[in-house]
Amino acid sequence: MTTKLPHKDVVIIGLGWTGSILAQELTDEGLDVIAIERGPWRDEATDYPPNYVQDELRYRIRHELFLRPDQNTFTFRNKMNQTALPIRTWGAFMPPNGVGGGGVHWNAETWRFLPSDFVLKTHLTERYGANFLPADMTIQDWGVTYDELEPHYDQFEYLCGTCGTAGNLQGKIQAGGNPWEGARSRPYPNPAQKQGFGHTLWAKAAAELGHKPFPQPSGNMSRAYVNPLGVRMGPCTYCGFCEWFGCGNYSKASPQTTILPVLVRKSNFSARDNCEVTRINLDGSGKRATGVTFVDTRGAEWEQPADLVILAAYAIFNVQMLLHSKIGTPYDPVANTGVIGRNYTHQCMSSVDAFFDNKKFNFNPFIASGAIGMCIDEFNGDNIDHGPLGFVGGGYMGQVQTGGRPIQTTPVPKGTPRWGAKWKEAVRDNYLSNLKGGSIHGSMYSYRDVYLDLDPTYKDRFGRPMLRMTIDFHDNELKAAAFMTEKYAEIVKAMGAHTVEKHPRKGPYDITAYQTTHLNGGAIMGTDPKTSALNRYLQSWDVPNLFVTGASAFPQNAGYNPTGTLCALAFWSAKAIREQYLKNPGPLVHA
Amino acid sequence: MRKLSTALGGIALVALAVGASRAKTVDQQNFALIERGHYLATLADCTACHTKPDGGKPFAGGRPIETPFGIIVSPNITPDRETGIGNWTDAQFDNAVRHGIRADGARLYPAMPYVSYTKMTRDDVKAIRAYLATIPPAHNPVTANRLPFPFSIRLAMRGWDTLFFTPGEFKPAPDKSAEWNRGAFLVTGPGHCGSCHTPKNVLGADESGKALQGGEVQDWFAPNITDDKTRGLGRLSVADIVALLKTGHNRVTGITGPMAEEVEDASSHFRDSDLKAIATYLKSLPGGGGNATPLAQSDARMQAGKAIFRDTCSACHGIDGKGVADLFPALATAPSVRSTDPASAIRIVLRGARSVATKQEPTAPAMPSFGWQLKDDQIAAVLTYIRNSWGSAAAPVAPKDVGKWRSKLANRGD
Amino acid sequence: MARASIIKSALPWEPNAGHPPTPARPGPLHYFTHDENAAVEAIVDRLIPPDPQTPGGKDAGCAVYIDRQLAGPYGHHQGLYNAGPFQKGTKSQGPQSPVTPAELYRKGLAALDKHCKDKFGSKSFAALSDADKDAVLHALDAEQAKFEEADGKVFFDQILKDTQQGFFADPVYGGNRDMAAWKMIGFPGARYNYLDWIDRHNERFPLPPVGIAGSITWTPKG
Repeated sequence: MTTKLPHKDVVIIGLGWTGSILAQELTDEGLDVIAIERGPWRDEATDYPPNYVQDELRYRIRHELFLRPDQNTFTFRNKMNQTALPIRTWGAFMPPNGVGGGGVHWNAETWRFLPSDFVLKTHLTERYGANFLPADMTIQDWGVTYDELEPHYDQFEYLCGTCGTAGNLQGKIQAGGNPWEGARSRPYPNPAQKQGFGHTLWAKAAAELGHKPFPQPSGNMSRAYVNPLGVRMGPCTYCGFCEWFGCGNYSKASPQTTILPVLVRKSNFSARDNCEVTRINLDGSGKRATGVTFVDTRGAEWEQPADLVILAAYAIFNVQMLLHSKIGTPYDPVANTGVIGRNYTHQCMSSVDAFFDNKKFNFNPFIASGAIGMCIDEFNGDNIDHGPLGFVGGGYMGQVQTGGRPIQTTPVPKGTPRWGAKWKEAVRDNYLSNLKGGSIHGSMYSYRDVYLDLDPTYKDRFGRPMLRMTIDFHDNELKAAAFMTEKYAEIVKAMGAHTVEKHPRKGPYDITAYQTTHLNGGAIMGTDPKTSALNRYLQSWDVPNLFVTGASAFPQNAGYNPTGTLCALAFWSAKAIREQYLKNPGPLVHA
Repeated sequence: MRKLSTALGGIALVALAVGASRAKTVDQQNFALIERGHYLATLADCTACHTKPDGGKPFAGGRPIETPFGIIVSPNITPDRETGIGNWTDAQFDNAVRHGIRADGARLYPAMPYVSYTKMTRDDVKAIRAYLATIPPAHNPVTANRLPFPFSIRLAMRGWDTLFFTPGEFKPAPDKSAEWNRGAFLVTGPGHCGSCHTPKNVLGADESGKALQGGEVQDWFAPNITDDKTRGLGRLSVADIVALLKTGHNRVTGITGPMAEEVEDASSHFRDSDLKAIATYLKSLPGGGGNATPLAQSDARMQAGKAIFRDTCSACHGIDGKGVADLFPALATAPSVRSTDPASAIRIVLRGARSVATKQEPTAPAMPSFGWQLKDDQIAAVLTYIRNSWGSAAAPVAPKDVGKWRSKLANRGD
Repeated sequence: MARASIIKSALPWEPNAGHPPTPARPGPLHYFTHDENAAVEAIVDRLIPPDPQTPGGKDAGCAVYIDRQLAGPYGHHQGLYNAGPFQKGTKSQGPQSPVTPAELYRKGLAALDKHCKDKFGSKSFAALSDADKDAVLHALDAEQAKFEEADGKVFFDQILKDTQQGFFADPVYGGNRDMAAWKMIGFPGARYNYLDWIDRHNERFPLPPVGIAGSITWTPKG
């Protein structure tokens, strides 16, 4: 029996980054907003205080802050001719759960995409010709440009107090910053974080090889900061327990540290935690959302009617919700029709481990933050001529080691026994003098046979079909990975490493090997309703009073962390809702 | 001790007032009076006791108030005729607020701070009445006080009042500035700061000669708010104090505990000039002495405390104890750290605390609980360390006091 | 499981909030039988042998760690997706077995015991010489020794992982006793503020490690 709740102007599914941004914007507009979050309320003092959050086993190994697979998981296969099987324990990615979502345990690497990323299809076709791209690559233009998003990148960066060195100020390249970035209207709100020994040496070696290193843009505060909403953060203390962990001392940008203290005080805002939305309800025409149905911890079912529905549940859960609510035509990879589930992507990460003489090098790896690091962007996007290389795409690379937590950061050189006295000795001798996991953040473009749909066999806890992922690497990405790994290894060798171990990504895509939680696509934005689920304002083509925020909108992934871009898009969408949609509810774009 | 004749005279006046019209004398069109009354009610923070938290109707009473003698439940002061004060005359209301005598002639307990409110004028109280008359009447019968015997005998308050209550309006000091006098009026009158911040004798009255030097309240220690350099406001400027009362935070400390409610309901709404006056007055109160010598760093408690501080507290409070302005208290300078009674510090370390949120300072940072992690002697050591470091000194904290509070607080839900 | 609640007007808070870890205390076994524990102690002491500077797996408490972990949610795959149908998949599809760690240890240790008794004349694993113990473990790792009742390689990989994780985890979980593993490598443990060290490049960090339960320096001497 479903109990109907009093009507609200807006219901937001999920109270993570984009849910919080939309709630803040729409409550400012005077609307009555309710957010419904599947997971629990989370807060510094109650969930990740700095007297027990420094627990690698609990948070990194046992994944305590993440969704439990038994609450919701997916099936996975590499190829369409395989049977997909459940992801029984997380590996390749860790879906978030709870208020704040991924914003609680991300490492706060806060990048902008390149201007060319937003018009990728046009750009690459113009430069290299249509035949240069693999026939089954399905990249698309986004329908929005970097210049249109620039003010919203700025908005998000000032909300978060992002720390960095600008590389391009209104067209003028600045020394010390990223010379490849799109023009920014003003500097970062805070100076870049300080760097450790390993990061600094790497940058020196990179510069000597002719690259232009710059500090990674960081949402870990380089100094105390008060944001435009009046919310304060403290300085990051380089504790080395950043990604996977909540920040114990208010120094990592998250919905909790930037928006929620102000949002919760508003009389026109409320939230329910531990309530899972199971369906977006439509009226008889199928073209209007009437609200959502959700289930609480006792299993009781509730209906929340609303005039406007914002689906902000994290990329992959957005797609799941659309499929279960029968909104939009599901993608059929064989017929190449439909949109929900198409253009699903992840990331193609590679790494290099390096070992140094422990009498000369002490990196103190445990002194770090989540977004510390020195990077180069020479090999990202289309920053180099890919003609001779035979692939497209790339990524930033950098010495971005974020901690020295020993369960995961006690590498030994190849050939060392896996156990026994020699293993123990090698661990001891290499802990302080190795650089593990130098990061190459490769893009993943979209392909016809990489997609999401519903599984024919496995069911979720509500008895509905589980979401199925079909994903494998394509040659394009693996070629890019091999190329970039060589470039990275050159730099590390130039630093003075005595042993360099290259780990370029190799296929098949492995569901057990962690590769960031940057899942994208499946409900993409675009200019054509035949090949996209959303218009350029993230409004559903099919249901105009539904907006879908998050990286599910990305037509393909770029060589960067997605949070900066998906939050800029959320601000952009919120602006369109406030200035256009509310004045005249209906489709904002007529295709 | 007042003369009997004066007391009789007082009763006679009351009788005359009762004989006068019972009808409301408030002019509902007199917005200025109502606004003035609203502000005075904010200064006096009537809502703190007379409104139940979590959805109680405004001023409808029913809120249990902890006193050292037991629980007193606040009465309903909405205009409801049956269960509120709708039938009271202005004179009866004035008698209650400024003299501690109820409409039926019974004495109020000094949980109602009439000993302070007496400093207001009759016109002040009339304005408050005018404001209260605009509150929607709420039908809320409040049960009698729940004080245990013998405190349940209201008649005993006659004797208490004779000993400890000096009625009378505020008299400005001619040699002080207007701002100082305004501050003195606010603090000793409607602000009734002494209700919490002045230590009490066993009969619950102010200890003489110790005004605003700190007092126990609801298992906290309301700190010394004189200009004492170690234990009071001596290291805070007027601007610091204004910021603290207005926003709940300043560059060295933040407000938690029962004072958080005061900031939310009252002082965050005071005029800036009034906040400055209060700060000016408080800074003029000389602190009780103490250039005490800090414990030697080699003391075993200091050594252990230093290790605990460096290993855990410094995560927020900084390696140098200087915290982060408006976010994490600077233990090196925050007044309440070196209170004579460390109850608040012990409580915060044991159970954690959330600081107040205001419009200007919404962050409301919270301190986690350490009670599960640190034993009594460790908490005593780290508190002893922070109280005796960075150029300050205060008595060490004893492990048995930590243990006493650990047990005492175990059953509290707040 | 936490109950659903409504968040409105103020950030939620209550005293003594949070869920600190429950320390694993030495004492009676929670999962292993006496014989199983003897075998596990012997295994962990070969996986991480003692040396003059640093204890081995046994004295570091790795067997205690594993015993407590198996008795808890980790041991029975709590929170993971454990519903069928179970099918064998490709390597990239990850673990697809219904066997929990607790079951794997029970079966694996029984199979190990049988294997040793068959091969070494009625001796249990713990009774073998160090060289023989190492030989058995090497054979398991290299898939040269096959168990009937359990997958020997899967069992070996599991106990190797658990031993190393227990060795480096916070001592509150039973392993890494006295922070011996952290002292060995120079990891300062559960510290949180390095603001005074971020600029000190290529210098050894001097402070000893600290765990979630603190360190002996936290208790006043005398």
